[in-house]
Amino acid sequence: MTVATTCPYCGVGCGVLARANADGSVHVEGDPQHQANHGRLCVKGSALGETVDLHGRLLHPMLRSPDGTLQSAGWDEALDRVAAGFQRVIERHGPDAVAFYVSGQLLTEDYYVVNKLAKGYLGTANIDTNSRLCMSSAVAGHKRAFGEDVVPGCYEDLELAELIVLVGSNTAWCHPIVYQRIAKAKEGSRPPRLVVIDPRHTATCESADLHLPVKPGTDVWLFNGLMAFLFQHGAMDARFVEAHTAGFAQALAAAQADAGDPAEVARICGVQLADLLNFYRWFARCERTVTLFSQGVNQSSSGTDKVNSIINCHLLTGRIGKPGMGPFSLTGQPNAMGGREVGGLANMLAAHLELENPAHRQLVQSFWQSPRMAERQGLKAVDLFEAVAAGRIKALWIMATNPVVSLPDADRVKQALARCEWVVSSDIVAQTDTNAFAHVLLPALGWGEKNGTVTNSERRISRQRAFLPAPGEARADWRIVCDVAQRLGFAQGFQFEDVHEVFAEHARLTACCNHESHPDTRRLLNLEALAKLDRHAYDRLQPVQWPVAIDAKGEARLFADGRFSHADGRARFIATAARLPLNAADREYPLVLNTGRVRDQWHTMTRTGKAPRLSGHSPEPFVDMHPHDALRCGVREGELARVQSRWGAMVARVKHGGGVLAGNVFVPIHWNDQFASDARVGGVVNPVVDPVSGEPEFKHTPVRVEPFPVRWYGFALSRRLLGPDGLSYWTSIQGDRFRRYEIAHRERPSECGTWASAWLGVTDPDADWLEYEDRSTGVYRAAHLIDDRIESCLFLSSRPDLPARHWLASLFMQERLQDTDRMALLLGEPASPGAATGPMVCSCFGVGRNTICDAIRQHGLETPAQVTSCLRAGGNCGSCVPELRQLIAEVRAEANA
Amino acid sequence: MSAARPRLVVIGNGMAGMRTVEELLQLAPGLYDITVFGAEPYGNYNRILLSMLLSGEKNTDEIMLNTPEWYADNGITLHAGDPVIAIDRRHRRVRSRKGVEVTYDRLLVATGSRPFMLPLPGGELPGVIGFRGIDDVEQMLQATSTYKHAAVIGGGLLGIEAANGLLRRGMQVTLLHRLDVLMEQQLNADASRLLSHNLQARGLKVLLNAQTTELYGNGRVEGIALADGSRIDADLVVMAVGVRPDIGLAKSCGLHCDRGIVVDDTLQTYDPHIYAVGECVQHRRLTFGLVAPVWEQARVCASHLARLGHRRYRFTRTATKLKVTGIDLYSAGDFIGGDGTEDLVLRDPRRGIYKRLVLKDNQIIGAVLYGDVKDGGWYFELIQNGTDITPIRNRLLFGKHYCQPAEVAA
Repeated sequence: MTVATTCPYCGVGCGVLARANADGSVHVEGDPQHQANHGRLCVKGSALGETVDLHGRLLHPMLRSPDGTLQSAGWDEALDRVAAGFQRVIERHGPDAVAFYVSGQLLTEDYYVVNKLAKGYLGTANIDTNSRLCMSSAVAGHKRAFGEDVVPGCYEDLELAELIVLVGSNTAWCHPIVYQRIAKAKEGSRPPRLVVIDPRHTATCESADLHLPVKPGTDVWLFNGLMAFLFQHGAMDARFVEAHTAGFAQALAAAQADAGDPAEVARICGVQLADLLNFYRWFARCERTVTLFSQGVNQSSSGTDKVNSIINCHLLTGRIGKPGMGPFSLTGQPNAMGGREVGGLANMLAAHLELENPAHRQLVQSFWQSPRMAERQGLKAVDLFEAVAAGRIKALWIMATNPVVSLPDADRVKQALARCEWVVSSDIVAQTDTNAFAHVLLPALGWGEKNGTVTNSERRISRQRAFLPAPGEARADWRIVCDVAQRLGFAQGFQFEDVHEVFAEHARLTACCNHESHPDTRRLLNLEALAKLDRHAYDRLQPVQWPVAIDAKGEARLFADGRFSHADGRARFIATAARLPLNAADREYPLVLNTGRVRDQWHTMTRTGKAPRLSGHSPEPFVDMHPHDALRCGVREGELARVQSRWGAMVARVKHGGGVLAGNVFVPIHWNDQFASDARVGGVVNPVVDPVSGEPEFKHTPVRVEPFPVRWYGFALSRRLLGPDGLSYWTSIQGDRFRRYEIAHRERPSECGTWASAWLGVTDPDADWLEYEDRSTGVYRAAHLIDDRIESCLFLSSRPDLPARHWLASLFMQERLQDTDRMALLLGEPASPGAATGPMVCSCFGVGRNTICDAIRQHGLETPAQVTSCLRAGGNCGSCVPELRQLIAEVRAEANA
Repeated sequence: MSAARPRLVVIGNGMAGMRTVEELLQLAPGLYDITVFGAEPYGNYNRILLSMLLSGEKNTDEIMLNTPEWYADNGITLHAGDPVIAIDRRHRRVRSRKGVEVTYDRLLVATGSRPFMLPLPGGELPGVIGFRGIDDVEQMLQATSTYKHAAVIGGGLLGIEAANGLLRRGMQVTLLHRLDVLMEQQLNADASRLLSHNLQARGLKVLLNAQTTELYGNGRVEGIALADGSRIDADLVVMAVGVRPDIGLAKSCGLHCDRGIVVDDTLQTYDPHIYAVGECVQHRRLTFGLVAPVWEQARVCASHLARLGHRRYRFTRTATKLKVTGIDLYSAGDFIGGDGTEDLVLRDPRRGIYKRLVLKDNQIIGAVLYGDVKDGGWYFELIQNGTDITPIRNRLLFGKHYCQPAEVAA
């Protein structure tokens, strides 16, 4: 049976039609009815079916024994232990000695229940979430400007806009379906202009009319400059400013003080004055302008000011809440928005009510009929773990997130967890860098198994629906929390029959005292029409944008009437004095580290790391840097480098070509100890946060890059899992029917053959074992076959000049190797050159770079659409269309050369 | 036939002598009156194919190179089965066993080599033979119809071919080799091991490090005694422990000889009227047992006989193929290596493949191929041309196919 559900990755919130087949496989496709994606899915979403197998899943509660090993336990025992641990700490040290660290991957109902337990029953606001790491500056900016955390517009605005500005967002890779809506609009009859503001020349820039490669952290100058320019050039909507805003004069003064002269702004931001003025003029001229912003704005020590400097420009021009315009925060996670709605952050209460407002607390406590209520803000993520490290927090429950990987100064997080008295982790996978420190592991339901709702970037609430049975003993997160709450003696507040009852209670709370008659507690978030949903209606709930008034229709846009959520109904201009990132590069750490996602991975790879087709695009952790910087640092492309900051270090492969400005380096956030020897970039990132939002400055850490010297490089492909521990460097990559290991080591084995057969586990002296050795250049290659089927192969060299992996990988699909393939096996190349497809570009259809370039050459292809009609590449999710465009340009340049 | 033409007499109707005559006829047809003396009563045949004759994969006709008609057609007087027994250098005259006397203006000595027979007790017993000519093969074939057990002493190229031939003729054959590496002139230990496995899989009994002390038998050889005290039944013993240049005749006429007849770079002996080619010569301390350098000698010698003397013989590395059906083996140059050399090695024991190239200064100087020899000729070419293989080093051992410029570029 096909089930309509929602994708669990980014905040675009695409509708997915999923079906479990009889053979155990899962078929997914985009839901044509869903307004977010109209049937399209990106490559990660398309590969969802490859990530739901039970390999590596946490299927039973586990308790850590005194000897440090984990033992399987029954639910009752595990829940008793969890409750007793929290009870013990609260009795001895009070409620603020416990904390919850939850996740934008949780469903709204999960979030609601855990927030209720913490704030209303335990009486602590020490509940924060990994949304702190990606969204909180947008939240803070919204609240300062609008009086409430509200995204005013919707995706449809992208199709209506004349100008789309993307700030700090590699939309093409991180929000691919939004990007495709933009790309499609650009191919339409009235194409919008597209401006990309990003220090990196990302794939998103491929279809931009203008790319402003600003220096990291200078966004506020740019937008202050824009505000001053707009004012100076008469683009202000004076009537709107007069009638609906406050604080204009101070904000303008601050903007003019910092950035009154465009030439000065261009200099500070490091962009061409002409380009800057083009952007300013376009912005001034285009009434229908949407400014989308994401982590490049949020993850900054001035993130909240950056958000407000953007919103200021939209308030100044009155471009908000109307079709085709508005500031638009692109959410990183599938349900960061839902978490915000239920108040699952340390500085929120619930249902868009304020923690520090006694009336609000009173409202919520009486609604919950709870025994107590947290009265002051809890600790935000970075401070929360600092308090764990300092011993002030002694019991911590982590849900659906991996802070040892994702937080800044992540080695400190390790230390904190190591010394924490009581660590509980609810997760779907057994082994993570974080779970290694847990005393109790609780098996949660994963995507496809759990039921509930999520909210996407445009405030659209969609159902995630189960289409798979609960595996092992796994339970829904909300139910686990309720089970513990009852053991803590809070039976009455947590007696939910099923998930729809949780949702209904949340919806009722949003409607509670939310009328004109209660100006003090009035807010836009209102799900009144959904407050009476029974199981049946909940199961049939169609995607809807809040607020959901009585007619259950939802609202596409907010603030069109100029009424904002501040008590006086006016929006606020915020004076945003520009300031540089807190830690500047210096002689010792001369480069600036920027972090982010790659196209085909998600977060800490616990799910996307399982899908072979997602591993081809960026198989290894890398540090992307400008060739000049590489030269200066003494590192070379393809070799390994150590990225070192004052807080920690990591090792990755040096890469060029990611469009990184000189003076900067880029490292992806995904790799961790489960997939690589030493690639947690979180350990390198400075624990600097925005003073308002508490969001860490992931986009700016001074680092130095130095060679990571090794004596040999290599890789292995093996059907069996291999143990790479002990090697100086390794990355493990899931392939189709094999696992790939990229390895390097400081010492060369004295006898490669002996070492290789031992590592690959080949003990039989009569095994079908092929080897090639060129000892003086350090080249050694071996392959193990069983009944003419390849079992494993290994390639070593003293230089990183190893054969391409793609063709070798394809041999694992064959039940019997052809003789010609066997001969060529240790060369690593097929006998016929056409069979080598090259690095994966289109993950959906498995089309490689060589294939695409050959087709472009042969057929004289000129557009990505022609490539698609020729090879299908780019025809599904479209994530690779920017790369296709780039390849076309490259082939053409090569033809002209 | 004009009486004015100079006379060329060739002693030895083997491959070296006749190749020289053929080359000469190409360069200067009709320059000489040519007379050829041969010990064997046939035309000229391909001695390399004797092992195929033994194994039954070829018959006598198939290994013939030049029939008696060919000699007649080319105006060559052939005295087959009538070896020369004396050279009178002062009168420039030779005399055959049958008493034929012929004077010469130029004499070409191509007496070849003789199998070396180990001086063992019992070595003179009937049934103990070498492996050199058609008559040896005939003796072996006779034995195969009467006897069951054969032994071959010597695990070199020839010994292995003989052993294989006898095996195919249905005998139980033991191959004895005094070292632990078969064909040590052509193979290293790894390849030898594969070869040994293959031969044993065919039913051959291979004894390495086998020191023969005695052949015994009553009226005919019956067995071999080894130094370790063991005995091996053998009604036929083939000695294949090497050859010695056949220089008796040359020595008896006072021509300067060392291990072979000493020649200069033009294949001329110390007597300017006398040239020598083939396995009987010694050139710059080397003697010869493989065909390739002999062909080159023939070419050079013929050019001088034709009075076009501009060529010089220069020793080049040689390549060897084992002529045992189903065993592909190729060896060339310095395949052992030493100081300053580098190795490329490929092993696929399940498929019986072993390949090794020895490099020095980015050139191939030696190759051993076992099981997959199709690129042997190409490697040999690279050895001889001294090609710098740096750009194709990583692909070299996988074969010429993978080193084509187009593919390298792709």
